[in-house]
Amino acid sequence: MTSELELVFRREWGRAVAVVTRVTGDLGAAEDAVQEAFTEALERWSAGPPPDEPRAWLITVARNRALDQLRREARRNEKEGEAVRLLGESGPPQPTGMVADDRLRLVFTCCHPALEPGVRIALTLRTLCGLTTAEIAAMFLVSEPAMAQRLVRAKRKIRDAAIPYRVPEDHELPDRMPAVLRVVYLVFTEGHRAGVGERVVRDELCDEAIRLARLLTRLSPDDPEALGLLALLLLTDARRAARTTADGRVVPLAEQDRALWDRQRTDEGVRVLGAAVARRRPGPYQLQAAIAACHTTAPTAADTDWTRIAELYETLAQHDPSPVIHANRAVAVAKSQGPAAGLAVLDRLTADRRVRGWHLLHAARADLLRRLGRRDEAADAYRTALALDPPPAEREFLTARLDELA
Amino acid sequence: MRYLCLLTKGADAVVPEPGTPEFTATLDAFETANRAMADAGVLIELGRLQSESSATTVRASGEETVLTDGPFAELKEEVCGFYLLECADLDEALRWAATIPLVRAGGAVEVRPLMAQAGPR
Repeated sequence: MTSELELVFRREWGRAVAVVTRVTGDLGAAEDAVQEAFTEALERWSAGPPPDEPRAWLITVARNRALDQLRREARRNEKEGEAVRLLGESGPPQPTGMVADDRLRLVFTCCHPALEPGVRIALTLRTLCGLTTAEIAAMFLVSEPAMAQRLVRAKRKIRDAAIPYRVPEDHELPDRMPAVLRVVYLVFTEGHRAGVGERVVRDELCDEAIRLARLLTRLSPDDPEALGLLALLLLTDARRAARTTADGRVVPLAEQDRALWDRQRTDEGVRVLGAAVARRRPGPYQLQAAIAACHTTAPTAADTDWTRIAELYETLAQHDPSPVIHANRAVAVAKSQGPAAGLAVLDRLTADRRVRGWHLLHAARADLLRRLGRRDEAADAYRTALALDPPPAEREFLTARLDELA
Repeated sequence: MRYLCLLTKGADAVVPEPGTPEFTATLDAFETANRAMADAGVLIELGRLQSESSATTVRASGEETVLTDGPFAELKEEVCGFYLLECADLDEALRWAATIPLVRAGGAVEVRPLMAQAGPR
C-alpha cells in the first residue's frame, strides 16, 4: 500500500466505522464493511487518481456494503421489514446526548463497563484509531491470534447483549467518564510512546486523543478531570516537534530545543488547566497536567521548578500510590535536593517486585549514580536497563550513555 | 431484547427467618422493586426457585432417560430465582438488575441476553 493511501485510511478508519455503526447498529458488521470499502478503494485508487472527496467516497461505499449485507441477512431471516427500516434514512433512534459525534459514541461503546477493562483500550485502538490487530498485539505483548480472539469476543458481546451505541445521558456520566478518560489517555500514551511504529501513525493517535478529550470537556463541562486530561494532553503534545530527531531518536526534555515547542498549545493547555483547578476538585489528570505545565512553561531547563514538581508528585502519589509515580518523584527530588536525595527515594523502590523489571527505573538510577560519580554502579544500572528490552529509541540513548562511561 | 436475570444469594448470605421483621422488610423491598419493573413495562416474568435439594436432573444414556437427584452441578453460588425482562438495551437491563434487593444484600445477579427468536414465544 502506498504510504499516502495508508495515511488516508488511518485517518478515515475510525470515522467510517463510527458512521456505519450508527447506520447499522452493529460494530462488527461496520468494521467488515469498512474493510471491504478500503480494499475496493485500494484497487481503484492505485489504478487511477483518488476521488476528490476520499472520505465521503469511503463512507458511502462502506455504508452501502453494510446495508447490502443486512439486506442479505434480513432476506435469510425473512425479516424484510427490518431491512426496509434500515435502508430508510431514519435508521435506529438517534442518541439524545448533547454532543452528537459518531466517534464519541463509539468510544463510549468500546469503554462500556460491561466489557472487561483490559479489552477496552484494545477495542478502541482497533475500531476508532484503525490500528491493525497485529499492531495492537505487539503493544500488549500478546500473540496476534490471542488479541484477535479477545477483540472478536468483545465485539460479539456488544452485539449479542445489545450494548448500546450512544453517549450516556447526563446523570450516567459520572459513572461512565473515568473509563473513557482512561482510554483516551492511553490512546495518547500509545501515540506518544517513543520509537514504536511509524511517526505518522503515532501523530494520528495523539491528534485523535486530543480531539476526543476536547469533545469530552464539551460533553461534561463541569468535570474537572476531563479538563485536566485535555490540559495534560495539550501541554505534553506541545513538545511533540522537539521530542525526536529526524531519524527518530528521543531527545531528553532538558536537551530539547524549546523554540520548537508549540506556544499556542501550551497557552491553551494552561488556560484549560486553570479552568479545571478553579473547580477545586483536584484529581490525577489535573495534577499530571500541572506537572506538565511546570515543564512546558519553563523558558529553559534550568528554570524548571523542581521543588513544585516534587510536591505535585507527592500529592499525585496520594491519589495513585503506584511505584511509577514514586520513581518520577525521585527524579524531581534529585533535581531539587540533589542526586543523593533522589537516589534514596529510588532505592526504596527497587525492592518492589512490581517495578524491578521496569527499564526506566534502572535508567533513572543509572543517571543519578553517574552524577554522583559512582561510575561502576552507574554502568551496571545502564546494563540492567538495557537487558530489560527498552524500545529502540531509548535503547540507543542508554547505549550512548553507557559508552560515555567506558 | 429479552434478558434473563439469574439471582444468587451469595455464598454466605444469611436469609431472614419467616415471621421476623427482617423477613417482612425483605419481602417489601422485593415487592417495591418488582412493582417498579412492572409499571415500567419491562417485567415479563419472575420467580423464586425452591432449594437445590428439590432439583432433579434429566439426562439420557442411549435410549434411556436417566434421572439424577440434585442440580447439574453443586455450585458455590446457588441460583435462587430469576427475572425475565424486556429492555431496549443492556444499559436498561443492568439498571433494572441493580434494583433487585438481593444485590444490596450480598447476593449477585447475572444478566444474560436471550437469543432473538429462540423458540416459541
